[in-house]
Amino acid sequence: MKWDEFFVTGEPMIYGAMASIVLVTIAIIVGLTYFKKWGYLWREWLTTVDHKRIGVMYIISALIMLFRGGVDAMLMRAQTAVPENKLLDAQHYNEIFTTHGLIMILFMAMPFIIGIMNVVVPLQIGARDVAFPRLNAISFWLFFTGAMLLNLSFVIGGSPDAGWSAYFPLASLEFSPTVGNNYYSLALQISGIGTLLTGINFIVTILKMRAPGMKLMRMPMFTWSSLITSVIIAFAFPVLTVALALMMFDRIFGSQFFTMSNGGMDMLWANLFWVWGHPEVYIVILPAFGIYSEIIATFSKKNLYGYTSMVVSMVVISLLSFLVWAHHFYTMGQGAMVNGFFSITTMAISVPTGVKIFNWLFTMRKGKITFTTPMLYSLAFIPIFTIGGVTGVMLAMASADYQYHNTMFLVAHFHYVLIPGTVFAVIAGFHYWFPKVFGFKLNERLGKHAFWWIAISFNVTFFPLFFLGLQGMTRRMYTYSAETGFGPLNLISFAGALGLAFGFIILVYNIYYSIRYSPRETDGDPWDARTLEWATSSPIPAYNFAVTPNVKGRDALWSAKHDNQPIFDGKIEPIHLPSNSGKPVILGGVFFVFGFALVFSWWIPAIISGIAILIVLASMSFDRDHGITVSVEEIMETEKKLRGETL
Amino acid sequence: MKKRGSLLVLFMSLVLLLSGCSSITVLDPKGPAARTLSDTILFSIAMMAGVLLVVYVLYVVFLVKYRGSKTKDDYMPPHEEGNKWLEAIWITIPIIIVAVLSVVTVQSTGAVEKVAAGYEDQKPLVIYASSSNWKWHFSYPEEGIETVNYLNIPVNRPIELRLYSFGPITSLWIPQLAGQKYAMSDMVNTLNLVADEQGSYLGRNSNFSGQGTAHMEFETLAMSPKEYGKWVDEVKTTASKLDETEFKTLLSTSYVGRKTFSSTHLSFSPAPGDHSDHMKHTDMENGNKEHQENKAEHPVPANPEETKFDAIPNVNPNEPLPQSPAEDSTEDIDHTSHKGK
Repeated sequence: MKWDEFFVTGEPMIYGAMASIVLVTIAIIVGLTYFKKWGYLWREWLTTVDHKRIGVMYIISALIMLFRGGVDAMLMRAQTAVPENKLLDAQHYNEIFTTHGLIMILFMAMPFIIGIMNVVVPLQIGARDVAFPRLNAISFWLFFTGAMLLNLSFVIGGSPDAGWSAYFPLASLEFSPTVGNNYYSLALQISGIGTLLTGINFIVTILKMRAPGMKLMRMPMFTWSSLITSVIIAFAFPVLTVALALMMFDRIFGSQFFTMSNGGMDMLWANLFWVWGHPEVYIVILPAFGIYSEIIATFSKKNLYGYTSMVVSMVVISLLSFLVWAHHFYTMGQGAMVNGFFSITTMAISVPTGVKIFNWLFTMRKGKITFTTPMLYSLAFIPIFTIGGVTGVMLAMASADYQYHNTMFLVAHFHYVLIPGTVFAVIAGFHYWFPKVFGFKLNERLGKHAFWWIAISFNVTFFPLFFLGLQGMTRRMYTYSAETGFGPLNLISFAGALGLAFGFIILVYNIYYSIRYSPRETDGDPWDARTLEWATSSPIPAYNFAVTPNVKGRDALWSAKHDNQPIFDGKIEPIHLPSNSGKPVILGGVFFVFGFALVFSWWIPAIISGIAILIVLASMSFDRDHGITVSVEEIMETEKKLRGETL
Repeated sequence: MKKRGSLLVLFMSLVLLLSGCSSITVLDPKGPAARTLSDTILFSIAMMAGVLLVVYVLYVVFLVKYRGSKTKDDYMPPHEEGNKWLEAIWITIPIIIVAVLSVVTVQSTGAVEKVAAGYEDQKPLVIYASSSNWKWHFSYPEEGIETVNYLNIPVNRPIELRLYSFGPITSLWIPQLAGQKYAMSDMVNTLNLVADEQGSYLGRNSNFSGQGTAHMEFETLAMSPKEYGKWVDEVKTTASKLDETEFKTLLSTSYVGRKTFSSTHLSFSPAPGDHSDHMKHTDMENGNKEHQENKAEHPVPANPEETKFDAIPNVNPNEPLPQSPAEDSTEDIDHTSHKGK
């Protein structure tokens, strides 16, 4: 292989990206050395098994990926803003929409959700940590490895270019000869293993680690949504694992599962992909529903309306999510009967989803609504997501889908679902739980500015796409002629995208501004909230709760505050915590080498690093680690420091 | 919260606009299949606008009425577990809506999959539409002609497009005539359409198939049967024949303009067999690399009748057409000679 094939060449933007990667890397290394932070970074973050810190690392990675995916989106909107634009060529555009989809779904939405789950779930159920803390660290490092591997493809070897769904035979070696789709199969595989482990970890955590009295039907709604999501992960991700493995065999080892000859079947890939892909949508949206349930209840000063029907509707959604995958390809020619079946199952999902919408609305009825930043995002979610929902029902009708499929109408629909559904939720959750983790709120004034920019610009960006779709503009078109008449609406959409970008810049500036100027909280409960995570101090001590909480009903903290039911009625005892470990991050590094070597079919390094993976795993199994014990005196001292008083 | 209200007004007015607007291709049908779909879409928009209206009214009322700044400082919201009657309402009504839409969906899907109502007694004109990177080949086995990147059809006659691909999955879509359907390398899909108005309609590939996807547009010209017959005759007398070598060159060329031939590629490169047959073939005559290498193992069937048919063009369109081997039945299209291997 020649060096000019190894590195991607010939594009000024890519040289810019290379230069900035090198500069940022140098800046990080120099900065860490100058401030003598290497030890701190290693001890406190890279080797941590603390669920809160792992959660924070997930969220930081997700924010960075949000900007990578966002730049892709801006380039796409800029390219299509005017007819016959020459900003990007077809190949570059294809790579960008592929990575935009992959990054936003797998390396932004999922890790953001999982990050919030990591921070919040153990606190909400009154646990000290997740069930398997070290496994949790492995999950994070595998996700991070996958994300870095995929991002590296941009400058080394070339990005995947067959769409985020990588339909065969387009993604086969014959039609996509670069290593781009090798990156696809390996980066997704590695981070997918991490996600699968997270799913298992959280199922066990929620089922086994709840504080005394925290019955299943007393759990906060976010924890319920996390439990159901984890179950979906455990059932859906193995399908992706198999599909990606077959893809890897096809591309790297010359097998013929999905190719055009020797009995290969391209439709098999589409089925496997969407059997995972549709539940994946619910993996990112159910926890978002959980976040909204917490926030709307808190800022309406009311308990969640219809708790039981909320739980039941999520269970129904999770079951139906496995029965709808063929609606992604009604046009594949499976006939009216099959399409009719999948139309009905798909539309059926709108019933439990509608139940949730009405429950949120009735939570606000007779409430006392305050318009904080997290609440604004939650309020914007309801009307915008409803548009996404009803257009989803329209798309579910197989016959009508023959006209919507692959068009901008579809693109508008899923952005109307995923942005208010997931992105607004994680931003709302970010603002809501930020003071819990860091001990100070994000600035409300800047937060609201960012909100209005984002909410309005979102509609300006995506509403025109419904009409472009009905006018016949298909997705993934890198250019169009002026006669098509697609120009004006695309230009409006680009203007909206600029507004969205500006909103996100304010959001990031707000983080910087608040770190510097925001007043520090003295109380662990700045929002007058209802659930257990607000019962401990902010920032949260490593052991979460000095005394194991004793839960007597739903909204445990609210009852404690208003009905005089103490949560902490035990006495302080020594606490056992897991000790840090460097092995998860080392495992991630070895997986990176393994994946990278396989991408380029460098067999010797691949075999060596493959063996190294087994060695690291084996050495973990033989670790005799009894963890650390925090003494009563230490706990007393920490609590005094955090609360400014003794218990 | 003024914004939400205005959003609603905007949406409603756009919905009204939609129904009367003819610049919106999908809602400007020129054939029965597209008309069925357009009606279905407008019906679903009306239903969904009703749903939106209910949600938005409740939303605005609750937000205006229960905002914290309006309530008294000592107001303490009540504890509400839920209400089984209210919950029953918002479970039952959506189920009814979904049931209505399901019936509409099943009926309209069935309708557009079949030959359009009123045209069943006519013999459909079979046209094979196949895609290759990045162009469309239209083969008319009855007429024995083939075009590239344009499709001429007679109006008021059912057209049966048989779709397949020489490469990645594509999707043939002529929004004003019918919904889209995939063209794939290992099976033939059927798309029924009728144009009931003369005119030129844009068709395209809507499924991403690589670098040239955006350029895979073609014109569909619906003409009177008389003009169509004249065009066919003209092609037969003036256009050159498509032989295997030329077809291979054509397949490997990325972008070509319009082309016209007085024979089809189906004789030497037939469409893939039906899906049940899929696992039995180890190969298809589809121009991919794999096949080229296996050429010696799988010789092209040399059918003498085909040659004869190709040699004598049918000059008079009123005369019964000679039966093309590809049109006979799927058995003939199958690689009969391959199976013996």
